[in-house]
Amino acid sequence: MFDLYGRGWQMLEGGLVTIQLCLTVLPLMIVIGLLGASAKLSQFRSLRIIGESYTVIIRGIPELLIILLIYFGGTIAVQNFVSWFSGEEVRVDIPAFWSGVAALALVQGAFASEVFRAAMQSIPVGQIEAATACGMTPAQIFLRIKLPQLWRFALPGLNNLFQVLIKDTALISVVGVEEIMRKAAIGAGTEKAPFTFYLVAMLMFLAFTTVSLFVFNRLEKRAARGIARA
Amino acid sequence: MFEDFIYVLTKYDVWLWRGFLLTIQLLAISVVLGTILAIPLAVARVSKNVWVQAVPFGFIYLFRGTPLIGQLFMMYYGVGQLVADIDGIQDHWSWAYLRDPYWYCLLTFVLNTAAYVAEIMRGGIQNVPNGEVEAARACGMSPFTTYRRIIFPRMWQMIWPAYTNDVIFTLKATSLASTVTLIELTGAARKIVARTALPYEAFISAAVIYLIIVYSLTLAFKAIEKYLRRSDKRADNVQTKAKPVVP
Repeated sequence: MFDLYGRGWQMLEGGLVTIQLCLTVLPLMIVIGLLGASAKLSQFRSLRIIGESYTVIIRGIPELLIILLIYFGGTIAVQNFVSWFSGEEVRVDIPAFWSGVAALALVQGAFASEVFRAAMQSIPVGQIEAATACGMTPAQIFLRIKLPQLWRFALPGLNNLFQVLIKDTALISVVGVEEIMRKAAIGAGTEKAPFTFYLVAMLMFLAFTTVSLFVFNRLEKRAARGIARA
Repeated sequence: MFEDFIYVLTKYDVWLWRGFLLTIQLLAISVVLGTILAIPLAVARVSKNVWVQAVPFGFIYLFRGTPLIGQLFMMYYGVGQLVADIDGIQDHWSWAYLRDPYWYCLLTFVLNTAAYVAEIMRGGIQNVPNGEVEAARACGMSPFTTYRRIIFPRMWQMIWPAYTNDVIFTLKATSLASTVTLIELTGAARKIVARTALPYEAFISAAVIYLIIVYSLTLAFKAIEKYLRRSDKRADNVQTKAKPVVP
């Protein structure tokens, strides 16, 4: 039962790819989210418009469509760009893994920017004013005052987003990245046992989301350790 | 560049239109049936009896903890295979339905939506002020009447923004139907790409249609929210009238 027609290792390999995908997207998502949130709270109107329209557009389009667009369209775009840059016809292939990472980072970044925007707004203005009065530069204020507190305010939202991210990595199987779903599909097809393979895949995802939930809950507790509870 | 857009939009407008209709159909049925199914789940979920609570908890946990595409494949390929293995089923009249991906898609979407909506409703029910429920009991309302007259109206008021988000989530989820060969909006775009090799034009056209649907849904749901919150407004009016005039 456990070796799954000799494909147990394959499934575990798929699990590893899923974890790789999640951990590659996570930092990108945080960076894009912070940039997006800063743009939305910027004093420049043009930046605010860019930040807002980015979120509105990305949130209204299915993730699957964005993945397909970047996988099929991205190759052509990079190819044209490189050809134009080097002056000769070049054939470029973006690996499916990286186009998937780009698509997920773009999607999750839009959601993360909302989380970070809310978190930034929960930091008391008095603290920022105090820091300015002490003569800190905007960069210092960000690093010393905003970032440490942002962490605490944003964690519940990030917890949610990471759950969504784990589940969204399954969509990348559509463009052929051999993560859990793809490995399960291969197994289901060759061994004629779809129920077994998809059941194993689902249990693996369930394990991942459960572990992520547990870790984030611990982090939330840790981040709140200095805060008096009512 | 724009010629290609016009080419796709004029030559394949029928595909996109049919895709749009199927997307709307999947969305409407999933949301309506999912919401109806979510109500008993949510009520059971807030039960004080651990065993009653356990069933919806397990259901919600399973559906929220796994990717929808996995649920869909599990249902269509996995359960579909088990059904196909039943002796003589392929000669039965129901086989025409049992092999159609449309029904598996709908079933998966309905169950998935039910799980997400039930979790939202649980939060809403638990946030209804205890005093209001106690007052209803004190007036002699049965639990059923309390739910119908007090808890549900209050719950809808509170969960409406989250519910709106979830409907949009379901809209985006219907795009997965294209992975089991249904030609809804995303499926239509994929078919156009396969035919014309114009990925930008086809996918962006579909994306714009999705954005239009999301925008219209948001507007409609905002209008309903206003209606749901009409009593809040009345309370505000009373307050402003009662405010003492500052000399």
